[in-house]
Amino acid sequence: MTLPGDTPETPGTEEVADGPLARLAREQPIIVCCGSGGVGKTTMAAVLALAGARQGRNAVVVTIDPAKRLANALGLDALSDTAHEIERELWDPDGVAPPGGRLSALMLDTKSTFDHLVLKYSVDQAQGERILENTFYRNVSGALAGTQEYMAMEKLHELHDEGGYDLIVIDTPPTRNALDFLDAPARLTRLLNNKLFRLLMAPTRASFRVANFALQAVFRSVAKVIGKEVVEDLVLFFQAFEGMEEGFRQRAQRVMDLLSDDRTAFVLVTAPARDAVSEARYFHDRLEQARLRVNGLVVNRIHPELGGAASPPPGSAGGDGPAVGQLEELYANLADFIELSRRERGHLEGLERSVGAVPIVRVPLLEVEVCDIASLTEVGRFLLGPASAAASGGPTGPK
Amino acid sequence: MELAEWCSSSRVIILAGKGGVGKTTTAAALSVAAARAGRQVLLIELEGKSGLASMFGVEAIADEQEVYPGLRVLPLAADEALVEYLETHGLGKMAKRLANTGALDIVSTAVPGMKEILVLGKVKALQRAGAADVIVVDGPAAGHAVTFLLSPKGLLDAVRVGPVLTQAVEVTEMLADPDRAQVMLVTIPEETPVNETVETAQALTERIGLTLGPLVVNGVYPDRPLDEMATPEEIRAEAAAAGVTIPDGEIEHLARAARFLTRRRRLQEEQLARLTERLDLPRVTLPFLFSADIGPGELEVLAEALTAGVDALPAVA
Repeated sequence: MTLPGDTPETPGTEEVADGPLARLAREQPIIVCCGSGGVGKTTMAAVLALAGARQGRNAVVVTIDPAKRLANALGLDALSDTAHEIERELWDPDGVAPPGGRLSALMLDTKSTFDHLVLKYSVDQAQGERILENTFYRNVSGALAGTQEYMAMEKLHELHDEGGYDLIVIDTPPTRNALDFLDAPARLTRLLNNKLFRLLMAPTRASFRVANFALQAVFRSVAKVIGKEVVEDLVLFFQAFEGMEEGFRQRAQRVMDLLSDDRTAFVLVTAPARDAVSEARYFHDRLEQARLRVNGLVVNRIHPELGGAASPPPGSAGGDGPAVGQLEELYANLADFIELSRRERGHLEGLERSVGAVPIVRVPLLEVEVCDIASLTEVGRFLLGPASAAASGGPTGPK
Repeated sequence: MELAEWCSSSRVIILAGKGGVGKTTTAAALSVAAARAGRQVLLIELEGKSGLASMFGVEAIADEQEVYPGLRVLPLAADEALVEYLETHGLGKMAKRLANTGALDIVSTAVPGMKEILVLGKVKALQRAGAADVIVVDGPAAGHAVTFLLSPKGLLDAVRVGPVLTQAVEVTEMLADPDRAQVMLVTIPEETPVNETVETAQALTERIGLTLGPLVVNGVYPDRPLDEMATPEEIRAEAAAAGVTIPDGEIEHLARAARFLTRRRRLQEEQLARLTERLDLPRVTLPFLFSADIGPGELEVLAEALTAGVDALPAVA
């Protein structure tokens, strides 16, 4: 039996992984990786796409903010709007993947994706350009909370419709509320449909004359706080969007439909620490409320589970002093890791109880940095393997 | 440099760092360290995170509350800050109307930085009023620190009149004055957090003119001299020299623990070296805690390490 954290002493024959996540990589058209920041979502997304390609699928991974070295390993050196295919020798060095297998990667460029969307739904070229030039649009597209999430989902939709991929794996942005992407498509629609927006639109419409007096007062109030010029810029911004609400609304609905569909699987990534676990629990509940099924839970970066005594056995009288000191250091180190595993196990057991039937896969914190195809493959040995036997307390078992 | 001296004169210290690097933990540890040095501390929590409550061993913190002798936590939300702001400017009625029509949403969505300026405006008001000897702000999560702190500058360009402009001007002034506000960057010795810290440091100093205090590196594994004891053979030899016999199974575990620590420690050292190379800032490292999640006891340990680390830094010119 392999303990988590073990590195194989000799590279054995390629075993065929058949865990729950290996099945997703083989069969699922869309996988969304979510979880709080710093838990390794991007790595997991890359491993899943890699596994799909190695199974002969045309796979693409959409990343948000990959570590530089990982990005380099995937051949990504800049934000881009289009997927870039990774050379086969890189991801299939032994030449064993089936011929249909392809691996592409894309590093999301929020702003250009948004620009693209605006141009797509504008009535004519002039309207699109007017929006792209508007000061507020430029602020909104770069800095509006949720825009990155919205554009990630937009990109997913576009790749699904037009990309011809068998497998799309998407990494979600590392926001505090990492499920913003669920609401993101609806948010802009809400904004465009707001009552005040309607008012701001009024001067260009026939309804101007009957514009509600109370709303005019609101208009003046807003001007008092942020200045008349700002309100005028706003009016121009909303006017520029005229006629596009319906297109955006339908698009948002289609994105939501795609996410709720059986084609989409959600993989929740977390780490065995208190805050990460409580956020994972929250994500799980929110996804369920949104009627989205969590198909797998990955607990990443688990420290090695070790056994043994917490202090050295009593030495014989003739022991050498420095050696005794060294042994004590060695045992103190082991005791620290035993304690750490005990704590991590406690968090995992709590999580297992609260996510019910969701398969849980454990991925150890490796002794090497995950920054190239070889280390991604190493992570895959765990990620694609069998789900951990829930409640058994893991391979070494004792509680 | 002295921590007690740094945490004085009603200075605002804003903690900034990527999600998962222990920013909130560091904010809490810094607050405890200042409180232990006899300072009155106000710790401002943004985004209503629950982390602080369990660290201080209290139930959820809903209102301003003393969580440690001399240390109060104040949760701050943008919407409340706006309503409060409008009310204190004689615009109470309007606040309600703006909220009811959803105008607030539109304005704060369409004017990025609106919410941030309200929060920072409130921090500035507290700073001016001398609400405490030191005001520690647990900054926004993820990579938002730059956006958050840049917002007043952005508003200066967008908003040309009115009370919001005044707020933006005053907050910008505060952020540029090291006696009134500084940023403490928090990171861990891993690749992405290190990169992001370097980028954040540049953005904050060059674009906002903020002064950076000591950089905190969290979660550093202990430097144990186990390099030569990471294989079963080496351990067996050491045991023989010490005159003890250790069962084979145990030797295996000892070796794995030693090997894991030394390898991970080496990865951390590479990242620490990259950090030194790319960012010229005084640095304090805080230890990786094996024993338990962050609670009141762990905060004391970290506060002590932080105090010792900052006190050991050379005085700022």
